[in-house]
Amino acid sequence: MLKFANNWLKAAVLEVQEYVRLVWAVLRGGVSRPFYYHDLIEQLEVIGVGSLTVVLLTGFFTGAVLALQSGVTLDQFGARPVVGRLVSASMVKELGPVLTALMLAGRVGSGIAAELGSMVVTDQISALRALGTDPVRKLVVPRVIAGLFMAPILTIVADFVGMIGGGVVAVTQLQVAWSVYRTSVIEGLYVEDAWMGIIKPFVLGFVIVSIGCHVGLRTRGGTQGVGRATTQAVVAASVAVLTVDFFVTRLLFSLMY
Amino acid sequence: MAALNSQHRSVLANERRHEDEAVVVFENVSLAFDDKVILRSVSFSLFSGHTKIILGGSGAGKSTILKLMLGLWRPDGGAIWVNGQRIDEMGETELIKVRASLGMVFQEGALFDSLTVRENVGYKLYEETDLPLDVVHQRVEEVLGFVGLGEYIDKMPSELSGGQRRRVAIARAMAAKPQILLYDEPTTGLDPITSTTVDNEIIKLRDLEEVSSIIVTHNLRDAFYVATHAAERRAGRIVIEPASAEKSDEAEFIMLRDGLIAFEGSAEELRRSNDPYLTEFLS
Repeated sequence: MLKFANNWLKAAVLEVQEYVRLVWAVLRGGVSRPFYYHDLIEQLEVIGVGSLTVVLLTGFFTGAVLALQSGVTLDQFGARPVVGRLVSASMVKELGPVLTALMLAGRVGSGIAAELGSMVVTDQISALRALGTDPVRKLVVPRVIAGLFMAPILTIVADFVGMIGGGVVAVTQLQVAWSVYRTSVIEGLYVEDAWMGIIKPFVLGFVIVSIGCHVGLRTRGGTQGVGRATTQAVVAASVAVLTVDFFVTRLLFSLMY
Repeated sequence: MAALNSQHRSVLANERRHEDEAVVVFENVSLAFDDKVILRSVSFSLFSGHTKIILGGSGAGKSTILKLMLGLWRPDGGAIWVNGQRIDEMGETELIKVRASLGMVFQEGALFDSLTVRENVGYKLYEETDLPLDVVHQRVEEVLGFVGLGEYIDKMPSELSGGQRRRVAIARAMAAKPQILLYDEPTTGLDPITSTTVDNEIIKLRDLEEVSSIIVTHNLRDAFYVATHAAERRAGRIVIEPASAEKSDEAEFIMLRDGLIAFEGSAEELRRSNDPYLTEFLS
């Protein structure tokens, strides 16, 4: 039992150490040459444009169901017209960033882990190194930068369509006038909320992609290992999203509010 | 006495010349993963233009030697020299410069599956050099012509057969004109005819492009074929025929067993060995 705990602890410490080393290599790779620009463009397209549909659907229906649920509760206080405030504040501060990040963890994190994992098990990563290319600079840095910039953009899109979704429900189901809903949405938003909604996705985007890359590059054991890495990447990234979200929110509260 | 001294001096001078010509030197290299010992104090040298064929059963540490030579792994002990530079203490940035003189053909090819044959073969030249694009295109077409796959230039690796993939991997490894080529099981899983085609490419590169080679294999037929054949240009054609005894001696065999070198010598010496393990391995 003690041996098992010892081995588990060692493995956990090693994993953290390797992750920190990767993050450090990414930071160095991001500010020095060579930089693979065309890989960055490709990743901006894959991560950003490729995730647009899922983010649009998630954002719209989250906003819609939020309006539906809160409408019933607000009715008890005769406050149905302020449903917009609730939708906008919830979407911008919390649901937009977190749900977008969870969608990215499922779509992007797993994809990156599977892609890099298969490159590891088929010796393509070793081939890259043998051909004089640093795999971190070529594969990880462009993906992390793309994740860093596309996560906030996708979150803004999710927030916007979420408010539209909430508006559609408010008008069609709750019989709230569009102008009343719009005014309520604007009144519910503060500058601090907007900052929080923008800063959080930067951090979450970085976390999701760097975890996907880390897990992918540490894949062992053939195709079965690739499957395992994909699952691990989604689980680790999703848990990290929720955990990091709490700590970043706490930090931003103490800094801005 | 004077004659003996002179002979001794001549032997020493010859050894020194040989050491100078060594492009790869392994000096008491050891490696272990946890409790599993892979290599125990392995030492050998590869001389310029020569071939070293590393034999051994599965898990004997054959491919490990190639990965250590490329600096992909680090040894636990000993020293590794490539082109006069000690690589086992180098960082990744310095290793990238050393790797410029090395080419590696991985087991199964390890081609980049999202790139075409052209992009695979020219990868190093396109990505890691500032050569003009038309010069790179020309070199890619030249090396693909050398391995007889010119018409496959725009295909994806998934559209190629196993043998074609290995030949594209050879073309990729030679595109940047390395001085040393490392082959990891280049014919494993191929039929005898395709294996001979791959063997011929290895012989052509060694004899016509003067590339030093290290071949890791457990396929004895291919190992002896490469060691005992030579390529020559005759009237504009490339001819592959049995090599002279002197040429055959330039190919040296190493047999690995339990992390140690169990045999080192020429094809002829290997055939004549009475060691029970070698006899069993060769049968």
